[in-house]
Amino acid sequence: MSVAQLVKSFTLWEFLKAHALTLKYFFKPKATINYPFEKNPLSPRFRGEHALRRYPNGEERCIACKLCEAVCPAQAITIEAEPRNDGSRRTTRYDIDMTKCIFCGFCQEACPVDAIVEGPNLEYSTETREELLYDKAKLLANGDKWERALAANLEADAPYR
Amino acid sequence: MIHVFAFYLFAVLTIASGAVTILARNPVHSVLWLILAFFNAAGLMVLVGAEFIAMLLVIVYVGAVAVLFLFVVMMLDIDFAELRAGFVKNFPLGMLIAVVLLAEIVLGVGAYKAGAMHLGTPDGTAITAPGASNIAAIGQLMYGRYLFLFEASGLVLLVAMIGAIVLTHRQRSDSRGQNVAKQNARRPDEATINMKPEVGKGMTL
Amino acid sequence: MTAFFQNLGMSYEWAWAIATICGILLIALPLMLGVAMIIYADRKIWAAMALRRGPNVVGPFGLLQSFADGLKVFLQETIVPSAANKGIFLIAPIVTFTVALLAWAVIPFNSGAVLADINVGLLYVLAISSLGVYGTVMAGWASNSKYPFFSAMRASAQMISYEVSIGFILICVVLWANSFNLNEIVLAQKGAGLGFVNGFWFNILLFPMWVMFLISGMAETGRAPFDLTEAESELVAGFQTEYSSMSFALYWLGEYANVLLMCALNATLFFGGWLPPFEIPFLYWVPGFVWLLLKILFFFFIFSWVKATVPRYRYDQLMRLGWKVFLPVSLGFVVLVSGWLMFTRYGA
Repeated sequence: MSVAQLVKSFTLWEFLKAHALTLKYFFKPKATINYPFEKNPLSPRFRGEHALRRYPNGEERCIACKLCEAVCPAQAITIEAEPRNDGSRRTTRYDIDMTKCIFCGFCQEACPVDAIVEGPNLEYSTETREELLYDKAKLLANGDKWERALAANLEADAPYR
Repeated sequence: MIHVFAFYLFAVLTIASGAVTILARNPVHSVLWLILAFFNAAGLMVLVGAEFIAMLLVIVYVGAVAVLFLFVVMMLDIDFAELRAGFVKNFPLGMLIAVVLLAEIVLGVGAYKAGAMHLGTPDGTAITAPGASNIAAIGQLMYGRYLFLFEASGLVLLVAMIGAIVLTHRQRSDSRGQNVAKQNARRPDEATINMKPEVGKGMTL
Repeated sequence: MTAFFQNLGMSYEWAWAIATICGILLIALPLMLGVAMIIYADRKIWAAMALRRGPNVVGPFGLLQSFADGLKVFLQETIVPSAANKGIFLIAPIVTFTVALLAWAVIPFNSGAVLADINVGLLYVLAISSLGVYGTVMAGWASNSKYPFFSAMRASAQMISYEVSIGFILICVVLWANSFNLNEIVLAQKGAGLGFVNGFWFNILLFPMWVMFLISGMAETGRAPFDLTEAESELVAGFQTEYSSMSFALYWLGEYANVLLMCALNATLFFGGWLPPFEIPFLYWVPGFVWLLLKILFFFFIFSWVKATVPRYRYDQLMRLGWKVFLPVSLGFVVLVSGWLMFTRYGA
C-alpha cells in the first residue's frame, strides 16, 4: 500500500468526497413534483380505477357478453346476467375485485360497447379491504362521476385504435 | 428519611431479584433478574457514597458480563427434565455448600460485631484524604500505594487473555480470509488488462 | 430549583422531590417534542439528498407528519405473538425508551443547569448506554422468531464492541479535562483551541478521537451505515419485526432519543457544550442552551447526512472496524494523550 493510499484511507478521503457530493445534491432543486398539490399529466390511455359507463340517455352500456370476465388474466371480474323485463340482456351482478386486478386493460380492450373502462383516477385508497371489492353500483357510480373525463380520453385515443 | 427509603428499596429489590434469579425456571429470566440484582447493588453502592464503584458495576457487570451471559443462555437449548434428573443426587452437595456459606456469613457478621478489625493502614488512619473525591481516592491507591499489585493483576489478565486466544485459535489451512487492506490497495490497472488478440488465434493469459 | 420550592415553605426533602420531578419533566417533554421534530427533519434531509421532497402534506411543509404517524400508531392494536414470551416482549420497548431518557439527566444545558450534577457524569453516560443493548436483546429473544433473534445477537455483539472503543475515547477526553463531571468538561473546553475556539475538537490529539467517537456513536445507536440490527434487506425489521402499535412507537422514540443523546455528547465532549463556538464576548449574550441546541442540530444533520450517503456495512466489516481499527487506535491515543499531558501539564 502506497503512502498516498494510506493517507487517503486514514483521512477518510473517499468518505469526505462522497459526503461533499450528497451535500451538493442536498441544495439542488428537487427532481420529484410536489405530489398531492402538483400532478403529472396523464396519458389518455392511463389505466386507473375502473368504471361502468352509460349511454347519454342513461341506459347502461354493458350487455353482459362476459368477454371481460373471460379475458381477465387475474380473474378479478365476476358477472351474472339475466334478461331484463323489457327483454334486453343485462347484468345482475358485475363485481371487480380490485385487490386482484393487475390493471392490464384487457377488459376495456375486450369490451365491444366501451362499457367497462379504466379511468384516469388513481387515488382511491381505502381503509378496509372490503371497500376494494367493487360491485356494480360502485362501478356505475364511478362511471357517472368520471364520465366527462372518460369520454374525452376515449375520443382522444380513438384515432389510434 | 428519603435515604432510608432508598436503602430499603434497593436492598429489598436486590435480595428479591437475587432470590428470583435462582428460583426462575427459565434461564433467560434468571439472567434478567440477575441484571436487576446487579443494578440494585449499584444503587446501594451509590448510597454508601461509592459512586465510582457503582458505575463500574453497571458498566462491567451489567453492560458486558451479563450481556455475554444472556448471549450464551439465549442460544442454549435447555432440557428441563434432564436438568432436574440430577437433583436428588446432587442435593447433599448443594446443602453442604449452603451450610458452609451460611457458616461463613455468621462468622463474618460475628467478627464484624466483635469490632477488632481495622481496615486501611496499620495505624488505623484512612489512606486517602477525607475530602478527595471517590475517583481521586481510588486512583491514588491504585496508581500509588498498590501500583505494582495493580500492574501485576493487569499482567495476569493479559496472560489469561492471550492464553485463551492461543488455546482456541486454530489456523485453518482451508479458510480463505479476506484481506481488506490488500483489497482496498488494488487499483483498476492491476486488476484488468486490455488484450487485442488476433482473429482466430485466441489468447493465453 | 430546590431553593425555590423551599422558599414556598416546604421541607428540604419535599422541595427536592418536587424540583427533581419538575426537572425531569422539563427535560423529557421538550425531548419528546424534539424527537418528533427530529424524525421529520431526518426524513426531510434524507429526501433532499435523494432529490425527493419528503413529507409535505400534514401541516405546513409536512411539519406535523410525526404527530400524524404517532396518532396512527397509537390507534393501532398491540399484537403479541402467541409464541412470544409475553412479559419480556412487553417490557423490552419500555427498557429501550427509559434508558434512552435516563442518560439525559447528566447533560448540562447551561452553566450549572443540569438535573444530576454528579462527579461521575461521564461514567454514568457510559453505564446507561451499555444498558441500551438489553432492550434490543430482550425483544429479539422474547419475540421467539428467527429474524428478531438474529438481530438480537448482532446487537449484543455490535454494541459491546463499540462500547470498548467509546470507553477509550472518553478516557482521552477525561484525561484532558481532568474531570468526569460533564459540566467541568465543558468548562475545561473554554478557549481550549488557541484561546479562541471553545472545544476539544481543535486539539490535534483529540480531533481524531472526535471522528472516531462520531462513527462509534453511529454504531452504538444502530444508525446507518451500521443499522445491521434492523437491516431490512436481511432481517425484515430486525428486533422490531414482531412489534406493533405503541410498543413499536416506543422503539422509534427511544432510538431517536438515543441519536439525540449521541449528538448532545458530541457537542458536550468535543464542541464545547453550552459554550459558544468561539471565545468572543458578545456570543455569550445568547443563552447557553441555544448554543447546545444548535450544536445538537448540527450533529444530527451529520448523522442524517451520513445515513443518506454511506451504504450499510457488512457485519464482518463492522466487527473489523470496531476491534481491529478503532480499538488499537483509540488505545494508542490514550497512551499518546496521557504521555503528552504527562510532559506538558505535570512536567514529566
